Amino acid sequence: MAFWIASSPHNHNQTKTPNLMRLVIYATLPGILAQWYFFGWGNLIHIGIAMITALVCEFTVLSLRKKPIAHELLDGSALLTALLLGICLPALAPWWISVIGTIFAIVIVKQLYGGLGHNPFNPAMAGYVMLLVSFPLQMTLWQPPLSLVAVDLNFTNTLTTILTGFTVEGYSVEQVRNTLDGITMATPLDTLKTNINQGLTVLESLNNPVFGDNFALGWEWINAGFLLGGLFLIFKKAIAWQTPVSFLISLFICSFIGYSMSPDSSASTMFHWFSGATMLGAFFILTDPVTGATSTKGRIIVGLLAGLLVYLIRTAGGYPDGIAFAILLCNMSAPLIDQYTRPRTYGHLKGDK
Amino acid sequence: MSNDIAPQNSKAADIADDLDEQEKAAEKSQAAAALKAEYKELALQGLWKNNPGLVQLLGLCPLLAVTSTVTNALGLGLATLLVLVCSNVTVSAIRHWVPKEIRIPIFVLIIAAFVTCVQLLMNAYAYGIYQSLGIFLPLIVTNCAIIGRAEAYASKNPVKQSAFDGLMMGLGFAIILIILGVVREILGQGTLFDGADLLLGDWASVLRIEVMQLDSQFLLAILPPGAFIAMGFLIALKNTIDSQIKAKKVADTDLVIERVRVNFDS
Repeated sequence: MAFWIASSPHNHNQTKTPNLMRLVIYATLPGILAQWYFFGWGNLIHIGIAMITALVCEFTVLSLRKKPIAHELLDGSALLTALLLGICLPALAPWWISVIGTIFAIVIVKQLYGGLGHNPFNPAMAGYVMLLVSFPLQMTLWQPPLSLVAVDLNFTNTLTTILTGFTVEGYSVEQVRNTLDGITMATPLDTLKTNINQGLTVLESLNNPVFGDNFALGWEWINAGFLLGGLFLIFKKAIAWQTPVSFLISLFICSFIGYSMSPDSSASTMFHWFSGATMLGAFFILTDPVTGATSTKGRIIVGLLAGLLVYLIRTAGGYPDGIAFAILLCNMSAPLIDQYTRPRTYGHLKGDK
Repeated sequence: MSNDIAPQNSKAADIADDLDEQEKAAEKSQAAAALKAEYKELALQGLWKNNPGLVQLLGLCPLLAVTSTVTNALGLGLATLLVLVCSNVTVSAIRHWVPKEIRIPIFVLIIAAFVTCVQLLMNAYAYGIYQSLGIFLPLIVTNCAIIGRAEAYASKNPVKQSAFDGLMMGLGFAIILIILGVVREILGQGTLFDGADLLLGDWASVLRIEVMQLDSQFLLAILPPGAFIAMGFLIALKNTIDSQIKAKKVADTDLVIERVRVNFDS
């Protein structure tokens, strides 16, 4: 009897890019569902606009670059980028925000650097940061949770608001954003930051209805949804657990130190975990296989760095949430971190070249 | 040419003189042709092949910083052009007396003197643009495109050619500045020649064109990152045109079939 002798590896990983992308898209569903439940149709409409734009852009650039169009167009990476960007956008932002953001993300951040696998920055986050820097007014059109909105924001109303800036009844975006009490709403992170700058304590600001009963009305459930999706991804081994865990622990430690030093002027640890884009960033964006670190140690370091940066930007920076900026900074440092955390090759001594 | 041999008679001398003149004329026309070719090459180098903005990538700091409007770009382009021509002329005029060891400080001093002149002139006659250019006007001193031309061309060539070289390089730089300014101003504010009266006098306020009505400024185009991106696109466009020209040339000449003998010795 003859044995067939082959060299390692003997166990091949059969996962293909489209399968992985599809899995990640499925995993965002709980979070998107929560977003839809608490904030209405806005983000779903933006996701749709962004996806159509992404496909058109991808098709144009691929045909200009003479690449296999069907193969790369259908690998789902452009759709995932559009999806993540659409989730991040303010629900009532005008339609051209998502169009410009997606064009920037796909054409400049992804394709001009060489397409999937060659982009140094996460396209969705780079697109988001570009929008945030370029259109500060539109990018702060955050919509309060549906339960606090006076206008009935059904699908048609949201659609016309995004397309024209007015609801069917003729309310402008600014009027929609006013609550029953006539106060313009911001996100919980933004409200807290403004209040602390005005000299209010955290306890006083928590009376604001945007905070709800727990940490942040609506946002806590969205974050819980993304946490659930992220755990599913870790369970399916689609992402490495080191990055999100070290990121969350780092953010926890930083906010814990801040909170124990001055509880009146810093938010609680759980508020940092369950508001803003924490969970989305931790499980879906920081774990991007292209732009993140690849070694185990490197992933842990990137996570720790991102947590620290997010905390610093949230408390001391000019923007209320810092996930996107922190992730771009981490993307920049990931190659260097990888360089210094190369794992030992089997059979070589530690530090042996 | 040669007057060593004494003419034997007047007729022979006449013929010799005629020959002499003919030779001289031929030489002159040859020299003129060479000069013309050199001027043409200089223009081509400055405007396209060796453009300071697109190819040498020199002087990027002012290029990216002040091109948020066409007016600023034009102001800085003109200032740089003037300094470049003057410094090239001066460096070339004194090139025989400058010791090689200390030429760089001398070039820098010459450039700094001209920049000071331009700055004072702008301060006097175009105060608005002087203010909006701010620190980037005195910073022309450090523009490597200028000292680069002084070192690479003007210090080795006669005054006329150096002046022409400075003019072409300056024009190439100014054109890139203006193109960037046009792109960024249209994208960022939707206007063209906004504030041209600051540079060109009161009549120029009619130049202002509203290209499109923007509800909100596209800040990325006005901020420095937008300049980097637009610059990248410009360079890519130039390289595409170059490679297309090259591909055309190759297609024209590459019709000869060559036979290669394969031998196993080499």
